[in-house]
Amino acid sequence: METNKIDLGKGSEIVKSPSGWKIVGREIMRDKVALFSLIFLIAIMIIVYGTSLLLDVREIVKVDLFSIHQPPSEEFLLGTDYGGRDVFGQLIIGTRNSLSIGILVTLMTGAIGIIYGLVAGYFGGTVDNIMMRILDFFQVLPFLMIVIVFVAIVPKYSILTFSLIMTAFLWMGIARLIRSKALQEKELDYVQASKTLGTSNFKIMFTQVLPNLSSLIIVTMTLNLAANIGLESGLSFLGFGFPESTPSLGTLVSYARNPQTLEFRWWVWVPASVLILVLMLSINNVGQALKRATDARQRRG
Amino acid sequence: MWKFSIRRIMIMIPQVILLSIIVFMLAKMMPGDALTGLIDPNVDPNTIAEKREELGLNDPWYEQYTRWVAGVFTGDLGQSFHFKMPVSELVWQRIVNSFWLSLLTLVLTYLIAIPLGITSGRYNDSWADRLITGYTYIGFAAPLFIFALVMLWIFGFHLGWFPTGGSVKPGLTPGTFEYVMSKLYHMLLPALSMALITTVSTVQYLRSEIIDTKQKDFILTARAKGASESRVYNRHILRNSLLPIAAFFGYEITGLIGGSIFIENIFGYPGMGQLFLNSILLRDYSVVTSLVLLFGILTILGTLLSDIILSLVDPRIRIK
Repeated sequence: METNKIDLGKGSEIVKSPSGWKIVGREIMRDKVALFSLIFLIAIMIIVYGTSLLLDVREIVKVDLFSIHQPPSEEFLLGTDYGGRDVFGQLIIGTRNSLSIGILVTLMTGAIGIIYGLVAGYFGGTVDNIMMRILDFFQVLPFLMIVIVFVAIVPKYSILTFSLIMTAFLWMGIARLIRSKALQEKELDYVQASKTLGTSNFKIMFTQVLPNLSSLIIVTMTLNLAANIGLESGLSFLGFGFPESTPSLGTLVSYARNPQTLEFRWWVWVPASVLILVLMLSINNVGQALKRATDARQRRG
Repeated sequence: MWKFSIRRIMIMIPQVILLSIIVFMLAKMMPGDALTGLIDPNVDPNTIAEKREELGLNDPWYEQYTRWVAGVFTGDLGQSFHFKMPVSELVWQRIVNSFWLSLLTLVLTYLIAIPLGITSGRYNDSWADRLITGYTYIGFAAPLFIFALVMLWIFGFHLGWFPTGGSVKPGLTPGTFEYVMSKLYHMLLPALSMALITTVSTVQYLRSEIIDTKQKDFILTARAKGASESRVYNRHILRNSLLPIAAFFGYEITGLIGGSIFIENIFGYPGMGQLFLNSILLRDYSVVTSLVLLFGILTILGTLLSDIILSLVDPRIRIK
């Protein structure tokens, strides 16, 4: 008996292929740009969420008429805006707000999209047909305009309502993707076997099919996060994101719509713009590395 | 071909109806109604109530909805509260500006995408390809509004090469050569800013498509027959790779709609996107609803166009 056990253990060790997470880790370590991006992202998050605990939001957004439009100095690291507010403080709070919204919207669209796509793809046939027609309709809506109209007519909105409005019109992409994968997945033997054994559809969908799609979901959601941060800052830029008392990165950029600010007061909008660009680039880098890791054909080593 | 197109158009009809219902409900949710745009708010409330009854604003929603749809079909979109003129007239003025801007953007998009995509795909892994891939990588991540702001900052304010707002120099008579040139001059920077960002996905797609086609058997056959390199590329590969790009034309239009809101806002260009934002800020809701409806229909038409072109290009889609 004992010898048998040892043999089994040894045998399984030899043929064991690297686990998913190991491959992901290896891929990221090999891709120096992605590794750097990941470290940068984690650092930004720690700095932003850490310091925003220490910073007093009210103090930062308080209008101070004696220090309007001051260039960067010792007192104000990145100068002040037209209300005499410290740009550096707003940058920290803004990054926190933008990141929070981005993550919240990504998670919510992910949850809706995954469930919707799984149900449509797994059941197929008429259910799929009806669900896809509904999805098609959402997809042809002019997203930006509808969201702007909603933001304009919802009288009082918070981070949550704003994310809900964005989520309502952004879940279609991931749902479509999951559906197409679920359609392929349900034809595979393990699903058929489970069905024959009498496992309930619900259990097959969420405990068997879903884990098999997890790598795809993680990749898509990472890439979506970058897109959502861009969308949120774009909406704030147009003036339909958050009010000025809760600054986001887009709010800071929106001050540049004043030609005077755009031309002479770079310290108000350039740091926020660079931060948005760098954030989106690094999230994309990580996303691309993850994508390569999950697709054996694209793997680098 | 015809069967597919007709079926595709049939799908479109419920979409348009649903869209109109949503837009109508949005209009109902907005504060104020068709009457607010017509009369002075200081008039006696009793008269307003009478007027409301007369205009049928107290009827059930479906009756109001059918009346509104009938109005839309006859070109009556209501009255603008701020500009004191019919919405259809107002929209028509702006739609022309937006149309030319979008057309120029589209032309520039393809003018940039095709040479870059071909160079990048044909000489892949050369330094030129690396340069182009680098550009698409950054362009893919860069938000349109930040890029446009930077363009305006550098070329509009810093170097002063381009005007920083408006659609034409004041004081020119419409129709003259100078007028047209001035219009073009004002459109160039906004259109270029938008094109440089929207073109990125087309370049990426064209590149991978060419690299893909390059390794196919029929290219090997063409080479074996002794076809010259330029013939292989121009006649065999391009024909196969450019067709899918043509199919994206419709989606490109829907993308332009979202982008035009940012671009027109940043460059102060008097088009529909700018009108939309201003109307929202001025609470001029009859204009807002008409514009949402119009943009929605344009989006639906854009998708329809792409689907039909795709079915022409790729027959596999038709058999479904």
